[in-house]
Amino acid sequence: MSMARNEILRRIRAGLRDVPASEQPGDISIARAYRHAGMPAGPELIERFAERVAEYKATVQRVSAAGLPAAIADACARRGVRRLVVPTDLPPEWVPAGVELLPDTGLSHAQLDQSDGVLTGCALGVAQTGTIILDAGAAQGRRVITLLPDYHLCVIRADQIVDLVPEAVDRLAPAVRAARRPITLISGPSATSDIELNRVEGVHGPRTLEVLIVDG
Amino acid sequence: MKHTGLPTTPISFYESAKLALADTQLRRNMGKATQTIRAKRASVVGELPDWEALREAGRAIKQRTLRHLDDYLIQLEAAVQAAGGQVYWARDAHEANQIVTQIVQRHGAREVVKVKSLTTDEIGLNAALAAAGVSAVETDLAELIIQLAGESSSHILVPAIHKNRAEIRELFMRTLGVSELSDEPSALAAVARTHLRRKFLSAPVAISGANFAVAETGTVCVVESEGNGRMCLTLPPVLVSIMGIEKVIPSWHDLEVFLQLLPRSSTGERMNPYTSLWTGVTPGDGPQEFHLVLLDNGRSNVLADTIGRQTLNCIRCSACLNICPVYERTGGHAYNSVYPGPIGAILTPQLVGVDKAGSLPYASSLCGACYDVCPVKINIPEVLVHMRARVVRKKQASLLGQFDPEHVAMQGLQRMFEHPALYERAQQLARLGQWPLVRGDAIPFVPGPLGGWTAMRDLFPVADQTFREWWRTRR
Repeated sequence: MSMARNEILRRIRAGLRDVPASEQPGDISIARAYRHAGMPAGPELIERFAERVAEYKATVQRVSAAGLPAAIADACARRGVRRLVVPTDLPPEWVPAGVELLPDTGLSHAQLDQSDGVLTGCALGVAQTGTIILDAGAAQGRRVITLLPDYHLCVIRADQIVDLVPEAVDRLAPAVRAARRPITLISGPSATSDIELNRVEGVHGPRTLEVLIVDG
Repeated sequence: MKHTGLPTTPISFYESAKLALADTQLRRNMGKATQTIRAKRASVVGELPDWEALREAGRAIKQRTLRHLDDYLIQLEAAVQAAGGQVYWARDAHEANQIVTQIVQRHGAREVVKVKSLTTDEIGLNAALAAAGVSAVETDLAELIIQLAGESSSHILVPAIHKNRAEIRELFMRTLGVSELSDEPSALAAVARTHLRRKFLSAPVAISGANFAVAETGTVCVVESEGNGRMCLTLPPVLVSIMGIEKVIPSWHDLEVFLQLLPRSSTGERMNPYTSLWTGVTPGDGPQEFHLVLLDNGRSNVLADTIGRQTLNCIRCSACLNICPVYERTGGHAYNSVYPGPIGAILTPQLVGVDKAGSLPYASSLCGACYDVCPVKINIPEVLVHMRARVVRKKQASLLGQFDPEHVAMQGLQRMFEHPALYERAQQLARLGQWPLVRGDAIPFVPGPLGGWTAMRDLFPVADQTFREWWRTRR
């Protein structure tokens, strides 16, 4: 195996004969003239995030901190959720009454598959693209719990929303560099455009994504 | 028109394209699809005031990566290993297939699930696994469609772009044992969901490609839409990812550029529905074994050509296919390679050699639209012309090539251009000789060995009075 490694590296170096030995990667300048900061925090940013998430056929609702538990309970009732998967560190006040709670203490794939939905928080939201980002941090749990249940109810605080992709990538850096946590970017529910380029929501992931934005 | 992977025998785009052009259903499907996606791309690209700055950053990051590829690969290897993954190097398709087969066999798997991956198509992984008694199940809807149909991909992003809903409905009813099925895309997708979910839950090994891999952190990235990627990357306990060596990018922050360039250029979306990023293995979360295969398979040859090198900038977005007037009419199969369209026309002959795919650099009108849309600024027309020169040089080097009518004619032209008197005499002769061929303002057909020139284009007749003659009358 190391024979292949040496051979490939030798071929690459031979192929790069035109690159002076003294050249360092940093010598090739990268003009990063693109935008690094977008719209500042505020009602306009939240509005744009809500709009863009909704354009992906996700359901978006803005709620107050005080109104959150009721909004969660409402959403679950509307969907007929009886068995709800939650990460073990979900804030206790989010837990809706009247549903069977399945805290993820290592649920099997079959248990997750047979649940009605999952409730999580998230790490970030990106307004420009209508994206929700999970980084396995607080109130998010394992990757699989937001994948197998057919319904994902996701709570995001207004202060977790940024405008641009570079702002999000910047905020995620510590989770990757230090903690090597897995990251999932979600933009609307699962979708395909493979048949005559018609967009169809819901192929393999959750077919319904509902987002509650906690605003003030 | 079936093929697997990259061409191993000489093929002619000209012949394949003629067959494709005769298929009117194909042309209707292709025309509709490419026009739809072009419009979507243009609209989301137009939303970004900094699009050109992003393109330039993307190009520069790739240039930096490629000029120091050895260093970045070594850095990536160390970072993946430090995060609990294993790294393998494969010189060619055979070696890569062997590595993957061994991993699969070590876990006793008879069936593996796959995320859509051009790289695994390139090396013919499914056939290699089948030979070892392992069936590889494609889980992307379009890949599943063509796998069930026993066909090959015709587009790098939407491989079943050449099939319409009626054809897909008929296929699913025949192969998946469904008796009642409408041709609504949502109904067709639902059938695939049921069929595949059992497989996701039971497969012990998943196989994927990689869109990007970050040297600094060892993070691998897969961009997708359907959730089949997340399923494969999360559920099976063992994950094997195969990436071309050019997919490495230097730092975490470089992702911010490509995560903007790729979705908008490929599906015409602001962001694709799902992107998964993982760094080695995470205890208790996702696969507990991660194997990363670094594949050369001709890429170091491409690197060695200083003009061709930019081809390795490619992030497989397919914007060049969708904009290309040639691709739009012939579809992807005519290119006889997993890499069709303008990018395939320059990448394939560089990977397999011009003797095996020498017709592909000619599969272009050189209109330059592909260069304009390329998110990493690959100057495809420049590389096309460069590759044509390589094809000609290769031909001239052979004895047969010496007597090729085109070569002989070009040699004659060269002598003529060197001697003004000879040139003028030839013009006078041509003016006399051309009259039986001229139709209106053009010569639509030239007989004899040079007929190939006029098969695709008209010739301008020599004018009644040349510039030189006109100039003499002015003096």
